[in-house]
Amino acid sequence: MFVPILKQGDYLIASVQSELSDADLLKLRDDLVSRVGEFRSRGVIVDVTILDVMDSFATRTLRSMAHMIMLRGAKTVIVGIQPEVAFSMVQLGLKLESVATALDLEEGMALLDRQTEGDTRRG
Amino acid sequence: MKSKKTNEQANQSKDKLRRELVDHFREKREPLRHQWVEQMIAKGLLAGLTREEIETESMTIYDTCIACLETGEYDDAQTYAIRMAERGVLQGMTSEQIIGGLLTLRDVYGRSLFERYQHDIEGLSSALDIYEPVANKILSIVALAFVAEREKVVRQQQEAIQELSTPVLQVRDQMLILPIIGVIDTHRARQLTEQLLRTIRTSRAKVVVMDITGVPGVDSKVANHLVQTVDASQLMGATVIVTGISPEIAQTLVTLGVDLTKMNTVGDLQGGIEEADHLLGYKVVRIESSNGFIRKEKV
Repeated sequence: MFVPILKQGDYLIASVQSELSDADLLKLRDDLVSRVGEFRSRGVIVDVTILDVMDSFATRTLRSMAHMIMLRGAKTVIVGIQPEVAFSMVQLGLKLESVATALDLEEGMALLDRQTEGDTRRG
Repeated sequence: MKSKKTNEQANQSKDKLRRELVDHFREKREPLRHQWVEQMIAKGLLAGLTREEIETESMTIYDTCIACLETGEYDDAQTYAIRMAERGVLQGMTSEQIIGGLLTLRDVYGRSLFERYQHDIEGLSSALDIYEPVANKILSIVALAFVAEREKVVRQQQEAIQELSTPVLQVRDQMLILPIIGVIDTHRARQLTEQLLRTIRTSRAKVVVMDITGVPGVDSKVANHLVQTVDASQLMGATVIVTGISPEIAQTLVTLGVDLTKMNTVGDLQGGIEEADHLLGYKVVRIESSNGFIRKEKV
């Protein structure tokens, strides 16, 4: 399933619209990592509100994606993790570790705004 | 062939004897019932019941028992026992009263059988063979009904306590307080976490102050639950501050080697709220002229 990536100012927003297969996740990762350089974005938001399940592969892919994006010079925020998903993730011992998370898109944008405040690229 | 015949004969004589017993108890219904009630009163088992209640209840119980003996069916007894247990537990009747009452009835029946068959030991023995299993079965039905009723009440109360015991309170915009009182087990930890996560979503909280002053002790399991709650809240974008860790709990946690480095801990609830204020950018300012009222301002 194709995940649309929207450019919103200095940020990229990837809004997941349906359950993702492993291949979809890898494609999303590759797309985002390349777009970050293309648009010179400072932040990436991945909205997973729609997901009912986050398995180990999804968690690992998101985590590695965040690290790659960091190496490309941008910050990543995962937003919209549902209560049930959060609970099952900690029960399964899945961790996003250093990846920032926020309640929803709005909070995610605010978080990125704060984190990139001192950014020299800021206009 | 022969054994089959004797079997049939034995069955026939058994049925005959059963009818005989039923007729005997029916015939002696009033004297036996009075004897039973009097014995119960003497033992003080009927405290709190009116004369009318005693009359109707004793008649019903007497007849139900005889019906069980006659038909060998216990459905009525079962239904009646459950109803009696429900009422009994509600009215604060002790199981001693109910079971004691039935034991007395058993004695009364047994005694009357002794009187009837006192010159016929063989007859008495076969009568008891029929009567005793029925009496025991009825007693066990009643006892089990009582135990089941008690367990039901205990379960309901446990649920009520659990529902009441995990409030998640909002004290400021984006700030929640989660006071935990009492022992945490797996079930409760789960319920608590789920409730917290739901509240984080609905109230869009950014900081949660979790106060464990009221938790008597922790083991590695409970510590693990707390870490899970903190992690799950983090995934929802909320920071958790843990407060009220007593010296004992601090010792246990360190001894257990639980990794609490990621946990944000503050001494007491007040400190926790101050820290949360700080994180959210609130500043509490005391206004001298306001007679002790405190106003908060967002910086």
